[in-house]
Amino acid sequence: MYFAKELLDSSSKMRTKWEDEVKKVIAKTPDQKPRWSTVSDLEIRRLYGPEDIKDMDFEKDIGYPGQFPYLRGNQPTGYRGKYWTFRMFAGMGDAKTTNERWHMLLKEGQTGLSTAFDFPTLMGYDSDCPKARGECGKCGVAIDTLEDFMQLVEGIPMDKVTTSMTINPPATALWAMYCAAAEIRGIPLTKIGGTIQNDMLKEFIAQKTLMCPPDASVRLISDTVEFGTKYVPRWNTISISGYHIREAGATAVQELAFTLRDGMEYVEDVIRRKGLDVDEFAPRLSFFFNSHSDFFEEIAKLRAARRIWAKAMRDRYKSKDERSWWMRFHTQTAGCSLTAQQPYNNVVRTATQALAAVLGGTQSLHTNSLDEVLCLPSDHAVQIALRTQQIIAEETGAANTIDPLAGSYFVEALTNEMEEKAWEYIHKIDEMGGMVAAIEKGFPQLEIADAAYLYQRQIDSGEKIMIGINKYVSDEATPIPLIEIDDSVEAQQIERLQAVRRKRDGKAVKKALDDIKNACKKGDNVMPYCIEAVKSLASVQEICDVYREVYGEYRDPGLY
Amino acid sequence: MAEKKIRVMVAKPGLDGHDRGARVLARCFRDAGFEVIYTGCHQTPEQIASAAIQEDVDVVGLSCLSGAHRYLFPAVVEQLKERGGDDIAVVGGGIIPEQDFKLLYDAGLKAIFVPGATLDGIVDWFKTNIKTRD
Repeated sequence: MYFAKELLDSSSKMRTKWEDEVKKVIAKTPDQKPRWSTVSDLEIRRLYGPEDIKDMDFEKDIGYPGQFPYLRGNQPTGYRGKYWTFRMFAGMGDAKTTNERWHMLLKEGQTGLSTAFDFPTLMGYDSDCPKARGECGKCGVAIDTLEDFMQLVEGIPMDKVTTSMTINPPATALWAMYCAAAEIRGIPLTKIGGTIQNDMLKEFIAQKTLMCPPDASVRLISDTVEFGTKYVPRWNTISISGYHIREAGATAVQELAFTLRDGMEYVEDVIRRKGLDVDEFAPRLSFFFNSHSDFFEEIAKLRAARRIWAKAMRDRYKSKDERSWWMRFHTQTAGCSLTAQQPYNNVVRTATQALAAVLGGTQSLHTNSLDEVLCLPSDHAVQIALRTQQIIAEETGAANTIDPLAGSYFVEALTNEMEEKAWEYIHKIDEMGGMVAAIEKGFPQLEIADAAYLYQRQIDSGEKIMIGINKYVSDEATPIPLIEIDDSVEAQQIERLQAVRRKRDGKAVKKALDDIKNACKKGDNVMPYCIEAVKSLASVQEICDVYREVYGEYRDPGLY
Repeated sequence: MAEKKIRVMVAKPGLDGHDRGARVLARCFRDAGFEVIYTGCHQTPEQIASAAIQEDVDVVGLSCLSGAHRYLFPAVVEQLKERGGDDIAVVGGGIIPEQDFKLLYDAGLKAIFVPGATLDGIVDWFKTNIKTRD
């Protein structure tokens, strides 16, 4: 028991007295609304006390940082040794423009890089593909071949700065470019560090950058995990992502449950398909969460995530290495919480969401810019967003002590509740036969659709509030400077790609692509062949077309 | 005689996968009693136009949050025209900067809905402005 019996007895007496007082007060002054709930519609009580966490076991459920169950963090020293990585997601127009933004961010004190690709790259199409019309460079950087990539990483110390790449179906191709670029620069693969998102399950559930069917997609992911384990030991070959699940309208519990169950699916697949021992690869699995507007719900979610993962790795997968038990994660503040109306308010939202991520113990953080609801961020807006993290780190004192909200009746009770509800979902998906099977049934997709619809109805009815949208609405528009990616980027990028096609050795490209195809058919790891292919200047689409040919294409079933 | 139901196709043109708004609206239209067809993500303008004609819809609602609306929305209107579907209304929504409204209205869009629009407001607009075709 967490508390001595005497304390619970006296608390119980005092609680009864307090409850009587509450009744008297609300008889005169009723509460402002009958039901108080989180942004995810989880009902919250008026007060939490010792009785709400009386069943906790200190050693089993809370413990110390750097010790099982890692509720209080993986690092024994917290943020004192190192703050979280300030990692702003950036990519716009062509490689040169993005490279300039990266250098600006590093100069301003950013400590890690994160790549936003444009939609054609994300979907594995080249800039000159008819399907890509109108999209080139619009919401990220356009990368077609290694030539673009070399320009992207120009002057970036690849052996010192870690780089994250939000890339999913074409992850093998883009990671191959990073590896090839390092080799060309003379940096061994053992020295480069970073992350590829490479999490296809959440694409089917939420983000919808789709290419091949689920089973083939997971197979390619297992190839990258195996390759990373053997040759690129500092690379996180997957970033198991809840961010997009949340942005698609999931509740915090759904984000937590579906993300962790996705993680378990990958663990099971790598063990089954590659025959690796869990502790050979699990230490390099990384996660990515959303930090939404409900302050304590987010902190509780992040704390619960660490505890669930530690238990799952130790008990479900019999992992022996404590590094496999650590949930290491990046966090991004919630894009979907921002408003186009009164856009300067977004600075405040992002700040509180970032603080929640830090109090939840994130290891890496992107803070949204105030204009990201409308377009890619301007230099000025991204600087404010980066400064927000720096202010939290170095002015607020939030990083002084580890997991400062531990022991809070409310935060611990909410953490427990989120964990319990997440396990319910995880067990339900187990019963369905795992996440791939659940996705094929449309289960997570429709659970999220329900939550998104409920939330929109609650916004429309005023039950949930978004300032500037359904309360304190202003008739006056607040114009802010917006950056625009010129339509001419597309023509220039196509020209560049076609110049590469003219000058490269067509036979070498064809051979490299044939080698990838053979690897796919034989079940060999595709990564070494992808590296050769990008070096021959094969394009992202040419590599992805091999996958489409071998594995078939997946179409969004359009569930709603 | 019972009023004919509005037949709406909610469509996601281009490579954008941000489908939260499209799916919420599809469900909202269904609840409002419309007949709803949702295409799913990643449709080309050609696919959308030919499906709209085949499904004999009254209106196509396009959703795009990637910035490619300037090309994709007018392309859908064009494709409908080419296939003899001029009488199918086209509306759009998503992250659409105000400076692009004129281009889209000139291209033939009947309405543009941006963040802050309410579900009921959109349904009312459809009920008032979309005529069911015979």
